[in-house]
Amino acid sequence: MRIYALLVYLFLYAPIALIVGFSFNSGRYAMDWQGFSLAWYGVAFSNDLIVRALTTSLAIALTTAVLASIIGTMAALGLERTSGLVRQAFDALIYIAIMVPGVVIGIATLIAFVQLFDIVNPALEGLMGVRVQMGAWTVVAAHVLFNIAVVVLIVRARLSGLDRSLVEASEDLYATPWGTFRQVVLPLLAPAIVAGFLISFTFSFEDFIIAFFVAGPDTTLPIYVFSSIRRGVTPEINAVGTVVLISSLALMLTAQLLMRTSGERAKRRQTEG
Amino acid sequence: MQTGKGQGRSRLTTVLLIAPAGLFFLFLLVAPLVVVLVYSFGERAPAGGYQAAFTFANYLNLPARATAFTNTLTLAPLATLLTVLVAYPMAYFLAVKADPRWRLLLLVLAIAPFWTSQLLRYYAWMMILGSRGIPSWLELVGIVDLRIINTPAAVMIGAVYGFLPLMIPPIYVSLEKLDKRLIEASADLGATPVGTFLQVTLPLSLPGVATGSMLVFILLMGDYILPQFLGGGKVFFIGNALVDLFLQSRNWPYGAAVSVALVAIMFVTIALYMRFILGRDERRTELV
Repeated sequence: MRIYALLVYLFLYAPIALIVGFSFNSGRYAMDWQGFSLAWYGVAFSNDLIVRALTTSLAIALTTAVLASIIGTMAALGLERTSGLVRQAFDALIYIAIMVPGVVIGIATLIAFVQLFDIVNPALEGLMGVRVQMGAWTVVAAHVLFNIAVVVLIVRARLSGLDRSLVEASEDLYATPWGTFRQVVLPLLAPAIVAGFLISFTFSFEDFIIAFFVAGPDTTLPIYVFSSIRRGVTPEINAVGTVVLISSLALMLTAQLLMRTSGERAKRRQTEG
Repeated sequence: MQTGKGQGRSRLTTVLLIAPAGLFFLFLLVAPLVVVLVYSFGERAPAGGYQAAFTFANYLNLPARATAFTNTLTLAPLATLLTVLVAYPMAYFLAVKADPRWRLLLLVLAIAPFWTSQLLRYYAWMMILGSRGIPSWLELVGIVDLRIINTPAAVMIGAVYGFLPLMIPPIYVSLEKLDKRLIEASADLGATPVGTFLQVTLPLSLPGVATGSMLVFILLMGDYILPQFLGGGKVFFIGNALVDLFLQSRNWPYGAAVSVALVAIMFVTIALYMRFILGRDERRTELV
């Protein structure tokens, strides 16, 4: 059993280790070890295209994570106060947003924007002499949509484990609704919101397929990585990949531990209470 | 007791809380999906793109992409099954055998890879399965001319690798909340460990298996990168056909029809799952 588990971890992490390992390869070719070198890190981070793609991706992911965690948390709190049709409609939309494959979301967003721009641009050009087009902002819009759904689910799971008596106690002590929210509810929800933020950030930073359709002339890091893998790989990708893989692994371990420890604690409180 | 004014304000707060998310869903989910539906009844403009029309031609023409559909609908279930077979013992280890102090960390370690770049992880498998990878090692022991990359087998290996982290948690949860006294009772009544597993543990953990399979199957059906990298254009899914239709041949209305078909298949799968698996599960809990 233990050996099996060990093999599974090996299976899961060996490919990641391979990329990390070959990022230190001095040779040009994949799977052909020539000796240790840090050269490709230098090459990668002085490549203007890579640096620009990386900053674009970071900006998109950060904006997405901020917007999605705020809007998603608000929606989760609001939905707690609704019932009936509104709530059912919202639940259905959340599941549709999560279930519809990225490739279809990408296509749908693309043609909806093209359609919209066809209508809006002549008017805008006539009035102000500007046109709108696809770019980082359309990627953010599509990513926020998906991540709102994810944040609502995470925050709601935490809300349902929340002890109502704490809120009632706060109200009994004459706290204003805002005061109760800020001093009682928000601190209790914090782990879920942080987890939602990290997951949104990671999703957005790593998404290829949606950005592929709606990024317009902008290039995100996954789009750059995809096209260089297609063209026949340059070893710089291993160096960039190592940085990306290690940082996202660290982020996700944190997010998962936050989500699961808070879940465990809620479970324990229930059994004790 | 709240006053009328207080209630009005509270309702306003609710609306303000939900409104931003509602607007996102309306304009970036509902509207685009409706546009796709409308497009699917249209015609391809001569230069590519969309031209308004009302025709079922795109749907009638779906068999033209039958290979993508059959590949997806045979390989996705097979790969899901294979993932269950690999994930189950691992989930069992984590839920039952692992040291409780390390359990959480071990579980999280098994999940985390899913959240790192799919592109890079499948790229690593391109190297491992490519001609300089496993086939070249096998040549050393005399197995020559074995090609793995760009075959259904490569896509299956990639699928198990990619979705194992997603299959483990639901099975783990169903095994973890299983009442240990049932296992003891079964042993007390003279069942062998294998008998107990087959008659008690396995049936009670099936809901977890079903949930995990559902998740993985849905994601596999809509996948693009996995077949693109490990199938290399030889083994392709519906997602690859869609990218081709939209970005290469620019037949948007036909692509829209393929999208609608893909989403429809997914909805039917989910409906069947809810009807049969979840429904049965409820009845069982009623019995207990």
